Amino acid sequence: MKYIDEYRKKDLILSLAEKLRKVSKREIVLMEVCGGHTMAIHRFGLTSLLPPTIRLISGPGCPVCVSSQQFIDTAMAYSKIPGVIITTYGDLIRVPGSSTSLEKERANGSDVRIVYSVLESLEIAREHPDKRVVFLGIGFETTAPLTAAAILQAQKEQIPNFFVLSAHKIMPPVMKALVAEGVKIDGFIAPGHVSAITGTAIYNDLVTVCGLGVVISGFEPVDMMQSVLMLTEQIESGQPAVEVQYQRVVQKDGNLIAQKILEEVFEFRDDTWRGLGMIPKSGLGIRESLSAFDAERQFTVEVPASTEPKGCICGQILRGLKTPVECPLFAKKCTPSDPVGACMVSGEGTCATYFKYRS
Amino acid sequence: MSLKEDKIMLSHGSGGRMMHQLIEELFVKNFKNSILEEQTDAAILQVGSTEIAFTTDSFVIDPLFFPGGNIGKLAVCGTVNDLAVSGAEPLYLSVSFILEEGFPMKELELIVESLAAEAKNAGVQIVTGDTKVVNKGKCDKLFINTAGIGRMKPENRHIARAQNIVPGDLILINGTIGDHGIAVMNARESFQFKASIESDCACLNRLIAEVLEKASVKFMRDPTRGGVATVLNELADKIHFGIEIEESALPVNKGVMAMCEVLGFDPLHVANEGKVILVVGVEEGEMILEILKNNPLGTQSAIIGRVVEDHPGKVVLKNETGGRRIIDSLSGDQLPRIC
Repeated sequence: MKYIDEYRKKDLILSLAEKLRKVSKREIVLMEVCGGHTMAIHRFGLTSLLPPTIRLISGPGCPVCVSSQQFIDTAMAYSKIPGVIITTYGDLIRVPGSSTSLEKERANGSDVRIVYSVLESLEIAREHPDKRVVFLGIGFETTAPLTAAAILQAQKEQIPNFFVLSAHKIMPPVMKALVAEGVKIDGFIAPGHVSAITGTAIYNDLVTVCGLGVVISGFEPVDMMQSVLMLTEQIESGQPAVEVQYQRVVQKDGNLIAQKILEEVFEFRDDTWRGLGMIPKSGLGIRESLSAFDAERQFTVEVPASTEPKGCICGQILRGLKTPVECPLFAKKCTPSDPVGACMVSGEGTCATYFKYRS
Repeated sequence: MSLKEDKIMLSHGSGGRMMHQLIEELFVKNFKNSILEEQTDAAILQVGSTEIAFTTDSFVIDPLFFPGGNIGKLAVCGTVNDLAVSGAEPLYLSVSFILEEGFPMKELELIVESLAAEAKNAGVQIVTGDTKVVNKGKCDKLFINTAGIGRMKPENRHIARAQNIVPGDLILINGTIGDHGIAVMNARESFQFKASIESDCACLNRLIAEVLEKASVKFMRDPTRGGVATVLNELADKIHFGIEIEESALPVNKGVMAMCEVLGFDPLHVANEGKVILVVGVEEGEMILEILKNNPLGTQSAIIGRVVEDHPGKVVLKNETGGRRIIDSLSGDQLPRIC
């Protein structure tokens, strides 16, 4: 398959591993921020190909995992309002809230529907003018432009019954927050699809302020190995920079149309990340001018203070401080079929990935 | 009762762990008997001096018509295959309909014609049935249940029980995996993929009869819901040996692979409706592969793995770069990736 096979070639992967062994001298820790990268690393068994000097840690880049308990509980509260249809990307329905999950609320009679695109949610709103349709907006710069486009479309068509509960977040502030917190990281492997939207400049601060290199990477094993090599070379030569490995997709300035739509619909706001707490200007809230579509402004619900599941170390895992196997619940009390924490729910969650690809 | 949930959720029906828990902790526990406890695709019953295989299956597929078939064809294939993989010769089926008020007669005719055509094709007769109509909104258009019985030959009795399996035995499949699940999903959802992916929905009894006539098979199972991964995990669990699968040997259609890549699915977890997994002795592997390949329903057959002494109870996939990973049963539904 084009764009797949050539990036999974065994000899190419092995030759990159060989080069890496030659280049790598210092002991370094690299963080792959994105859940998609964590998946690729484990699916293709890449850790076994790295020299012992290089350790990869997973970061807070799984949309489901970082959505706060408060967000899940709020969605649950909306789902109990008569006449409300909750529309969401699939994984979210299984995340345990403080007391229940959307999946269980659906069994209790709430109207919760899985959609593959926010535009389906808009379609449901058109089909059911008598209902109020709430889309749970999660994800980073990758999914936020689609949500923004749907809101603009709803405005254009004057669809009064379409709302978004936004938990959209952006990547750079959380990366800086981890460094500021003292998590030992020598460089970042950054998600290619984020930069396809934003361009490369969003990481400049990490180089100039934090002195850390960033390589924007694709998602196939050759991409990942090459990115690790590029980052290792930066570190060994003491020349951190923002580099693009994923050149077949990422352009320096990104997708200007998507950026414009994002700007039009969202504004930066302080946001709470599961396990990480409040990070200033890390979330995307809907602008005042579009408040008619903002579920938070249009619905009043009482959500009790949220409680994180007992014994779950999702927070430390999302910060790269611990790996799932260090959690006492991992693969025992917490499994994909019976998850305790959000990281075990999503297919891109660190715990689910470690569980799926354990050997 | 130790079931954790107080309400039925969709995951209880998706062929994964939650469904198994429901079956074990509610159904088997209450219906307890030695025949049921074997938990084979078809129950094997002693009636006088002969043994018969008996099975049932319900069909609630949405959409009713999909590339490669419809609910009628599926209802015959599903039950015929459950009998055939148990080593039985399918003979008679029952068909029951639950119809929603207002369902178009024209569509029902098409579905019934498919049922008849597929039964004829498989050489089985539909000999009894039932019809219920419920108020509009009380069921989703049309549900079908079929039950079937078949003749069991004593020499095939071991197949459903997965007896005689030893390390070294080979695992075969009669073609590409994941076609049915992806074809139905593509027809149901609004992806607008232009791929021409067709369901593999087919009756396998003639293909299986051909194999059993010429060779001996140690185990067979049709990897429907939960896919190949779920069948292999159930088998590994039963035989207390490990199973090793070669990723490069798995036959997957390009369109299916592409959709799986886009959605973040593993084709090993996607449903099939015209596939059989066979476990055979190493000395018979190539010969059975030839028989399968010469049949129109098996042209892309392959040896995909083997039974091993290592990692008992676990299924391990070897990838092309030498990496190894455990393949689990599906827990809940497969959900598309978010970004």
